[in-house]
Amino acid sequence: MSETDQTTQAQGIGAPVRRREDLRFITGQGQYTDDMNRADQLYAVFCRSPYARAEILSIDTAEAMAVEGAVGVFTGQQMVDDGVGDLPCGWLVKGKDGSDMKSSPHPPMAARYVNYVGEPYAVVVGTSLAAAKRAAESVVADFKELNAVVDVATAAHSEQIYDGIENNLAYEWALGDEDATRMAFAKAAHVTTIELVNNRLIPNAMEPRACLGCFDAASGEYTLYTTSQNPHLERLVLSAFVQIAPEHKLRVVAPDVGGGFGSKIFVYAEETAVIWAAGKLAQPIKWVAERGESFLADAHGRDHVTRAELAVDDTGRFTGLKVVTTANLGAYLSTFGSAVPTYLYGTLLAGQYKTPNIYVEVQGVYTNTCPVDAYRGAGRPEATYVLERIIEQAARELGKDPADLRRMNMIQPEDFPYATPVALTYDVGNYEASLDKALELIDYNSFESRQAAAAENNKRRGIGFACYIEACGLAPSKLATELGAGVGLYESGEIRINPTGSVSVFTGSHSHGQGHETTFAQVVASQLGIPYEDIEVIHGDTGRMDFGLGTYGSRSLAVGGSALVAAGNKIISKGKKIAAHMMQADEAQIDFKDGNFILQDSNQSVSIQEVAFAAYVPADYPEELEPGLSEKAFYDPKNFTFPAGTHIAEVEVDIDTGVTTLVKFVAVDDFGHIINPLVVDGQVHGGVAQGAGQAMMEHGIYDEYGQLQTGSLMDYCMPRADDLPDFDVDTTVTPCTHNPLGVKGCGEAGAIGSPAAIMNAVTHALGNKDISMPATPEKVWRAIRGE
Amino acid sequence: MYPYNYHRPTQVAEAVALFKASDDPMYLSGGMTLIPTMKQRLAAPTDLIDLSGIEEMSGLNATAEVVQVGAFTQHNVVARSAQVQATLPVLAQLAGLIGDNQVRNRGTIGGSVANSDPAADYPCAIVGLGATVVTQQRSISGDEFFKDLFETALEPGEIITRIDFPVPTRAAYRKFPNPASRYAVVGVMVADFSGSIRVGVTGAGPCAFRASGIEEVLNRELSADAVDGVEVPDAGFNSDLHASGEYRAHLVKIMAKRAVADLLHS
Repeated sequence: MSETDQTTQAQGIGAPVRRREDLRFITGQGQYTDDMNRADQLYAVFCRSPYARAEILSIDTAEAMAVEGAVGVFTGQQMVDDGVGDLPCGWLVKGKDGSDMKSSPHPPMAARYVNYVGEPYAVVVGTSLAAAKRAAESVVADFKELNAVVDVATAAHSEQIYDGIENNLAYEWALGDEDATRMAFAKAAHVTTIELVNNRLIPNAMEPRACLGCFDAASGEYTLYTTSQNPHLERLVLSAFVQIAPEHKLRVVAPDVGGGFGSKIFVYAEETAVIWAAGKLAQPIKWVAERGESFLADAHGRDHVTRAELAVDDTGRFTGLKVVTTANLGAYLSTFGSAVPTYLYGTLLAGQYKTPNIYVEVQGVYTNTCPVDAYRGAGRPEATYVLERIIEQAARELGKDPADLRRMNMIQPEDFPYATPVALTYDVGNYEASLDKALELIDYNSFESRQAAAAENNKRRGIGFACYIEACGLAPSKLATELGAGVGLYESGEIRINPTGSVSVFTGSHSHGQGHETTFAQVVASQLGIPYEDIEVIHGDTGRMDFGLGTYGSRSLAVGGSALVAAGNKIISKGKKIAAHMMQADEAQIDFKDGNFILQDSNQSVSIQEVAFAAYVPADYPEELEPGLSEKAFYDPKNFTFPAGTHIAEVEVDIDTGVTTLVKFVAVDDFGHIINPLVVDGQVHGGVAQGAGQAMMEHGIYDEYGQLQTGSLMDYCMPRADDLPDFDVDTTVTPCTHNPLGVKGCGEAGAIGSPAAIMNAVTHALGNKDISMPATPEKVWRAIRGE
Repeated sequence: MYPYNYHRPTQVAEAVALFKASDDPMYLSGGMTLIPTMKQRLAAPTDLIDLSGIEEMSGLNATAEVVQVGAFTQHNVVARSAQVQATLPVLAQLAGLIGDNQVRNRGTIGGSVANSDPAADYPCAIVGLGATVVTQQRSISGDEFFKDLFETALEPGEIITRIDFPVPTRAAYRKFPNPASRYAVVGVMVADFSGSIRVGVTGAGPCAFRASGIEEVLNRELSADAVDGVEVPDAGFNSDLHASGEYRAHLVKIMAKRAVADLLHS
């Protein structure tokens, strides 16, 4: 990492330190947005569209304003008239013909048309939540209902939703060499074809979205407390695009946030309307989503239909892959909605394999449904699902062992760096190592005896694999901006050694469950040899740290942690100058180790705490040096990181009822170096649970009119502890070659590998009968009956 | 929630009098359905008459012949009662399968039965065990109690005060829970009263009912395999995102078979 040796402290890098933030979370002392209160605050309630698509003919607010306690009613049109800008999509995707993607108008609240059920068209502000609700019920909106487009598969052939956006296509994107891939198929010994649906998911973070918007008329400053994964990006968008206030007059605070999984990356209508209305009324306004609002209006995930073909030669080597996907973008392009089914999807289709020719086409379609954007894994679970399902299918068709077929096609350790045909260059990996360990953990050789035992109990047991890869550590700014990203994707870090030797660490990354306060402190403790207890990690406030791009795509440690290492190196460098002065020696003679500046070939040393004190009380101090010991760094990643691994699932299907039980699950992941194995295990467990949810339970369903059928936890099935077995989790390590910590990221892997592994196991149990996710009991029962 | 008048009487007669004197009243028992409905502003009673203060509606009494459960008794009280576990274990087991701990701590048997939710568990016990529903003014046979979706034999203002369960020789309950809500997609109670079999079904139809076809074959031969030959028509069955009527009809048979197997092993 730094120029100093890595030392293993009891609470340094590699130690299974219990998360320090958990005590406050589990004792109810967390400070979430809803815990923030202002004495004179008002309450907002949103009026939401009951229609999937309609023209707003009129909105009468007179009756609402007459309700006792009503303070203000604002419509989407009023925001537009006030100069509030559209909510932008942060990634410009170009079509295969070179044309820019087609963006629909996206006012923060609907102005002339509503385009999905639950879209807000007005906000009502009252002195109490009850008053605001009463007033909201009294808003009279007159709609002219229009035909809704709902189904992703047929959207491009349905009624046009937006003027100027033909066939409801935002873009037709492609990646890879189409001609070479066609040639590969012409020469193939075997072609496997598969058609897949990647089911729509609804995120359901434990804490619903919330915000408290404040305006200080004296200073003209706005403060927005909100459930954001990236408060600086929120501020940037609200300033530069939405025109709420210039950045120096807008502070965004994301305090404790109870889960995000991607859904809190985006800039939404609600906080935009609340902060704007707070300025209009010069009074603080709070909004907290009810669970039903979360279902309707938090950006959803996935929702693809795909046809894929795999060309295989007569020895079993993959020679070509062609993938054609239609991706549902929902009614509007959400903040990163355009990038998820393109650059975060198509680029991952090489997987762990040396397939030389790959071509992928993606149609991004608008529908009258909630916008679709990044959800845990964001594009990579979809890519893994396509690739690992088709490979398993190919193995079955060719009569080969699915592990063997994968193994013979894997990129080998000596092949790195490996440039894939789909734009990425993997730096390092050892895929067989993970596969071997996973086979051992699942006890692959005795699967057949477990299968036979299950049959005795009238159950069918199946086993399924997924050897996934993902691209994390988003991303080298130059590459990302070349591909259409509207922002750089570096991260900032700051380390302040206080005069008494305690440390305040500031990161532009944001923790909403990931445990940064623990792991980032471990990183700094190891690097600077300062006790873990003396280090505080602060995040989530544009008023306290320079800048940040936030947390998503498993980037926090690889990018944000690396920024802290860079800042720590500056601390050490300056500390050496001070220590040299203190020991009357030359800077070049000073080494830094375990928190001490040591004069070479002597028994003299000074501690970093002593150096810090000297820096803040510079009585005897180098003349040319500034006082203080506080350093900042921005770190721009040199490449993506490429976590990879093997997941193996075993399921048992009850032949009588169709109930599928996940009975065994092994995950062996290569995340590079690990800072805190407890935190990593927790991330994998949570990810696998979400993946199991997608494979077996979760499905966001709209009816033909665009009404959400799964609008509550009574109908939308989230996985629970008793739905899941004990997971067998292990790791292999090939350190990332291009960041100072050698880390890759672990936040999404569980959700990336598991759906394919589980569905491969389900289809195996069903005698290779294909069903779509989720494998719900009736669907499985019908498959058993041969329907 | 819309504003309403709140009352907490201590006598059944007082509750009935309040009901008669109010515009659009509702009784509040455990509130497991009513409170969420009111919070969603889908119900707006003018008066809420809380039954929690009426002592005579709580408590359990078990003899060898009958288990009497006060209408205000919470599910967890039934589930954990040593008396019920000893005398009528199937009822304790069923109560322990309802909802989650929070629901079982608040929800009451009277509230559940009066609501006639098609997917609730208790109605299956009423029908399957042939219980008697006792109100302030009469006793209603379990077979006559459930009329339709959220519809019972109760008259406006009538309060369930107690439910009497006859104790069978043996009985078993099998439930196929909705994976999301954990309500019964299908639940089947099979009870053996000295060789006379009753089969109650919940979840499948608009309200709990007796499966006379299955009873008929089980009265001839009490075995799981005997159920195989029964036709369970799905006409009028519930059909939703989670299960079609056809699948529910299949599950009625499977759950009945499993309940019979449990019963024979009990």
